[in-house]
Amino acid sequence: MMDQRDLPAPNSRRNGDRTLGEPIVLIDGVEKSFHGNHVLKDVSLTVHKSEVVVICGRSGSGKSTLLRCIDQLETIDGGAIHAAGHLMGFREKNGKRVPLRDAQIARQQRDLGMVFQNFNLFPHVSVIDNITMAPVRILKRNKAEAREEARALLQRVGLPDKENAYPRQLSGGQQQRVAIARALAMKPKVMLFDEPTSALDPEMISEVLDVMIDLSEQGMTMIVVTHEMGFARAAADRVVLMHDGRIVEEAPPEEFFQNPKSEHTRLFLSKILQH
Amino acid sequence: MNWSWPFFFDYLTNGLMLRGAWTTIWLSVISMILGLGLGIIAAMMKMYGNRVIRYIAEFYIWLFRGTPILIQLVIIYTGLPQLGIRLNVIESAILGLALNEGAYLAEIIRAGIMSVDKGQDDAARAVGMTWRERMYLVILPQATRTIIPPLGNQFNGMLKTTSLASVISMEELMRNAQMLAQIEFRVLEAYTVAAIWYLILVSIWSMIQVRIEAHYEKPFGPAAAVSPEAKKDLEKAIDKAGQA
Repeated sequence: MMDQRDLPAPNSRRNGDRTLGEPIVLIDGVEKSFHGNHVLKDVSLTVHKSEVVVICGRSGSGKSTLLRCIDQLETIDGGAIHAAGHLMGFREKNGKRVPLRDAQIARQQRDLGMVFQNFNLFPHVSVIDNITMAPVRILKRNKAEAREEARALLQRVGLPDKENAYPRQLSGGQQQRVAIARALAMKPKVMLFDEPTSALDPEMISEVLDVMIDLSEQGMTMIVVTHEMGFARAAADRVVLMHDGRIVEEAPPEEFFQNPKSEHTRLFLSKILQH
Repeated sequence: MNWSWPFFFDYLTNGLMLRGAWTTIWLSVISMILGLGLGIIAAMMKMYGNRVIRYIAEFYIWLFRGTPILIQLVIIYTGLPQLGIRLNVIESAILGLALNEGAYLAEIIRAGIMSVDKGQDDAARAVGMTWRERMYLVILPQATRTIIPPLGNQFNGMLKTTSLASVISMEELMRNAQMLAQIEFRVLEAYTVAAIWYLILVSIWSMIQVRIEAHYEKPFGPAAAVSPEAKKDLEKAIDKAGQA
């Protein structure tokens, strides 16, 4: 049976107010191949401000690649991605698309936050330095202010007493919560989560999901690649299923779980709900 | 037997030897720092450069690792003037030692950078770091951990390799020992004292190296990784194993 964790009832955060904000992520006909392996095939998806979109699908379906393309960790081969007001990775010049240079891509990436499956905290610095490194060293923010904000973020993810610990001293769940705080420190407009709980022991999954649900309730725009269907039910506005590089289903959670249109979704749900 | 203890003890604290030891220290340090700079640049060129830049770096590494440092020093000091490039003894010694060291360090640094998990680069890019920022703030500090132990060994080697600069009349330990040996022809005493000085320098460095390595291991160290409870369990397990 699927997870029985103590999660809020479906869409509790919405309070009946279903008006969506303006589009903040526009994915349009994106293509991506790795060495002849066609991973993303004409993928289009629009995410609105404050919306939570869960992307699921079997491994190899392209969901992680899509997320990495949005954040420019991979370069797309075709189509276009607009996110947080940027045409990601390119600029328009005389109606043509010119690839951006490293520093310009970095500037775009600052408006998106990303959380990884393996946390990827910087192991050589303390928890608080993980969080303040980018604001202080890149945005040249005042160090004392940045530390103050970092402490507030640690409070928010439930780790107020860990600021001087090194990542290695933390459990997986704690590391992932620090990773979320690190991403939030850049004040991103969109948060991307790439299987944030897949590397965690079962008892640590809910502590991370709680932070994510809290984030969604505060209006953060989130795109979440996950197998946690409980989270999808509780926090998602839309659930997307990817299969073989394409989006094959895109529906509100009730519809997605109870009345899926695609055969792939039915198959996926039957497999994931069995164990 | 013709060993003179008075000469031996006199040489041990002789001004010429002390000056030579001091020269060996600063020559090693300066050459190492410059070599480290060259090594980082060569490693970067080899890892991230286009084809031409990569070939230049590979040629440099190949050339200086493939020829004896002795020949490099002699060419720089006595050969280059033929091409109108005149360097004095100190400049030649530093240049030769640094170029040679850089070629070796390039490979060590490259291995260190490659040892850093790919996810670190992803994470650094995700918070919006440029290539330079990723290198300085995330990749190189972590590569340092891997690089420091072999780097320490290289510096140990450097302290002794500087003795080759004596052939271009650099007045370091070896050269000064030669001079001392020729005054009274107390050859064995003079070179024994030189050998002892090298041992002292290398031993002091070993102690410093241990501290530096411990410093860079701190964030990763076992003491940091193991919680007090886990430690207790571990100790119990070890006790049990000991009794069995």
